[in-house]
Amino acid sequence: MKMSLLQNQISRRGSGGGYRPLDAGGGAAQTDGILRSPSALFWIVLHGLCCIISLVLGFRCSRLVFFLLFSSPSTFTTSSTATVFTSAPILHTTTTTMTTTTTTTTTTTTRTETLALSLPTPPPPPPLAEASLAVANKTRSRVVVGRHGIHIRRWPHPDPEEVVRAHWIIERVQREQRLQHGVRTPPRPLIVVTPTYVRTFQALHLTGLLHTLLLVPYPLTWLVVEAAPTGVPSNDTAAFLARSGLPYLHIRFPELVPDNWPDRRLTEARMRLRALRVVGERRMDGIVVFADDSNVHSVDLFDEAQKVKWMGAVSIGILAHSGRTEAVGDPELSEEEDKEGNSPVPIQGPACNSSGDLVGWHTYNALPHTGAAFVGAGKTMRAAKMEWAGFVLNSRLLWREAEGKPDWVRDLDAVGEDGEEIENPLALLKDASFVEPLGNCGKKALLWWLRVEARYDSKFPPGWAIDSALEITVAAKQTPWIDSPPELPSEMMAIDQDMFGMKFSRKSMPSWTSHISHDKEKHDSSSVDADQN
Amino acid sequence: MGSGTWILALLVLQSVFDGIYGLEQEVNRRTERISGSAGDVLEDDPVGRLKVFVYELPSKYNKKILHKDPRCLNHMFAAEIYMHRFLLSSPVRTLNPEEADWFYAPVYTTCDLTPSGLPLPFKSPRMMRSAIELISTNWPYWNRTEGADHFFVVPHDFGACFHYQEETAIERGILHLLKRATLVQTFGQRNHVCLKDGSITIPPYAPPQKMQTHLIPPDTPRSIFVYFRGLFYDVGNDPEGGYYARGARASVWENFKNNPLFDISTDHPTTYYEDMQRAVFCLCPLGWAPWSPRLVEAVVFGCIPVVIADDIVLPFADAIPWEEIGVFVAEEDVPKLDTILTSIPIEVILRKQRLLANPSMKQAMLFPQPAQPGDAFHQILNGLARKLPHDEGVFLKPGQKILNWTAGPVGDLKPW
Repeated sequence: MKMSLLQNQISRRGSGGGYRPLDAGGGAAQTDGILRSPSALFWIVLHGLCCIISLVLGFRCSRLVFFLLFSSPSTFTTSSTATVFTSAPILHTTTTTMTTTTTTTTTTTTRTETLALSLPTPPPPPPLAEASLAVANKTRSRVVVGRHGIHIRRWPHPDPEEVVRAHWIIERVQREQRLQHGVRTPPRPLIVVTPTYVRTFQALHLTGLLHTLLLVPYPLTWLVVEAAPTGVPSNDTAAFLARSGLPYLHIRFPELVPDNWPDRRLTEARMRLRALRVVGERRMDGIVVFADDSNVHSVDLFDEAQKVKWMGAVSIGILAHSGRTEAVGDPELSEEEDKEGNSPVPIQGPACNSSGDLVGWHTYNALPHTGAAFVGAGKTMRAAKMEWAGFVLNSRLLWREAEGKPDWVRDLDAVGEDGEEIENPLALLKDASFVEPLGNCGKKALLWWLRVEARYDSKFPPGWAIDSALEITVAAKQTPWIDSPPELPSEMMAIDQDMFGMKFSRKSMPSWTSHISHDKEKHDSSSVDADQN
Repeated sequence: MGSGTWILALLVLQSVFDGIYGLEQEVNRRTERISGSAGDVLEDDPVGRLKVFVYELPSKYNKKILHKDPRCLNHMFAAEIYMHRFLLSSPVRTLNPEEADWFYAPVYTTCDLTPSGLPLPFKSPRMMRSAIELISTNWPYWNRTEGADHFFVVPHDFGACFHYQEETAIERGILHLLKRATLVQTFGQRNHVCLKDGSITIPPYAPPQKMQTHLIPPDTPRSIFVYFRGLFYDVGNDPEGGYYARGARASVWENFKNNPLFDISTDHPTTYYEDMQRAVFCLCPLGWAPWSPRLVEAVVFGCIPVVIADDIVLPFADAIPWEEIGVFVAEEDVPKLDTILTSIPIEVILRKQRLLANPSMKQAMLFPQPAQPGDAFHQILNGLARKLPHDEGVFLKPGQKILNWTAGPVGDLKPW
């Protein structure tokens, strides 16, 4: 919109030294007339003085003196934030080609303005110059055209209290948004079922899951089923749950979790069934969400779970392998992966047709070169290996009698009794086609399945706290302690190092790098070898 | 038994009304009705309240200009072209000038564009003058009132002052021949030469389809506190600093560039519209002129506009209560902007968001093709209808002459 100010710059001077005197006598005063009258002489002297002062100080001082002497004091307001001007404000400029117009100051060099003057509106132009302004000055507007100062406060950095208040405002706005666009009906409580067992990363996983659950805005009960063979207490877990702040139920499962993956899966399934039976016995009301302790959940999962009527399925991303060279998918996919470096992540979840009805399932088959497979809904799904985490249920399905309980649900007591192995939660149903697809019909992956475990025989200090002294203490090599004995021979230190090395090699350190995803079926062959070494 | 049945009937009726009221409450929780100083007029229908006669000017005033440069249809001054097209096919148009309340002369004064797309206003006064001379000689209606029942759309920077620089515009003043006409313009600033009493302020044109395609789901949480994208210093036209935006934009930058709550920069991101929908406040500071399309974008995307322009007159100010919808910050208070914004009570913020969510509010800011009820075209007509009936000063007595046809700068008198 603006082309150039070239024509206006004719009437403006932006240089440092050269400025026009805007004396009250009007610019039209002749120079010889100035010399004649003593008042004009006084002005000349004052002007010269101001010249010298401004040369010394570096900014125009005569203008300020003029303002101070002739402007009404009411225009001076010292604001509490001490606005600092980078340039002194300028009088009302006129765009006439007459010469009695304002000039600009030596602006950018004067950031060290010491006067905390704030002149929000320049004082009205001097009366004698008004003749020239009569044409243009039709407006009595408060807002003047022309150059204005750039107000910068003394400390242009955020105030922490204000930041906190702003975050509170944002949070309140988001809550309002969620109220208006999110769940309509009154939110139903959630029952989160987590099977766990004592192992190296248990505390890590449970803490992560706890923090996720603390973010869930609905009332929730956490059912933690812990596999603890009788005699081995798991007080750490109990203490952890007690500290957590969530309503919880700590259920002990009297079996030991086996080390190899297929058996572990089945044991976990039995643990979950145990929890479901507790829900049924106590007639707990709500929506059951299966949250494995090592999975990564999106908070949207819990919002979607509110929409379930009886049983729903969501899409899970299976993060089975991170960076392993053995390909997960088809041979074509594996070539792609090698070329691009990023492999497609298999998803387990419901598949829909265009009208949003469930037509099948995307399952993850861990055998090599099979990858994700699509299974139609007509087939019996009992034998498919699907993750429990991808399903949410209405807890009334688990009650012995509940009104409205659909007849395509098996009785919970009948499930798993006669030794049948439960592969996936569809075993709870007689007919799998009644499952509701959630999460935009399975297009949104709401959680990520991940198994990151240490070696089964890794030792770790209980509670992750080392209370007793370690068996070996080695003097620090880098910084000599003030009170360390100076005559510690280097040979002694070398011997100590050897002992250090040897002792620790006999204990099996958790080797994180080589045994990630220790427990995938396809690695049965390789992992069995590892287990046996 | 009679009283029993009466009581039962009353209870049934009460429950029915409660149900309806409850439903309304549900709807009202999301939005709120908007009523300005002129009342609840946003949804008025102008059809039947006024009649507009559109002069058939030779195409050199409109079609030929547009044909020469079709970019005029997309820039922010396109309202003049779309208003003409809307009126041609609107039910308020009348072909009988004797029964018309308002007269419209379609002159596209803002369609002379530089190669980079900026309109040059140098020929506009002459074009307008030539058009007025034409209508005053060919039709008797101009001379009857000397233009007091005519309206013109002048969406340029400073309206009918026809210049892009404020000082020159102030010096020129409004074109003398338009002294009595009603001006429909985007510029609005109180006590300014270029805003005359009785003008209708309209929003600048913003392409509605483009904004529609960038909508994101409304449950996306708003996580940006303050958002702004644009220039802070205009080094091309204002190398010294302090002229552009009266120093206000530069002040915003200098005070808040280190503040993580303020997402401000001079970038041109492709996700500009999406980011606005994720922000709570959007800054709308003045530039070379006080108005900007940011206000329209903020309203459409539900972001509370923070207007930093002293004495600005916002579009349809009598129909829309802008103080309740936006936040107004004086230019001298810009260093305290973070304190001001964080100390707004949360109920006020939520109420502003509810008002912004009102679809009639969003509709009033847009110029959709084809026109829809409640959009900016209808608001303009509503504004014109509110000025009816014309008072006695409008119609001149025979022989009375008010306009001076030779007033104004000499260059304007040359024929176009």
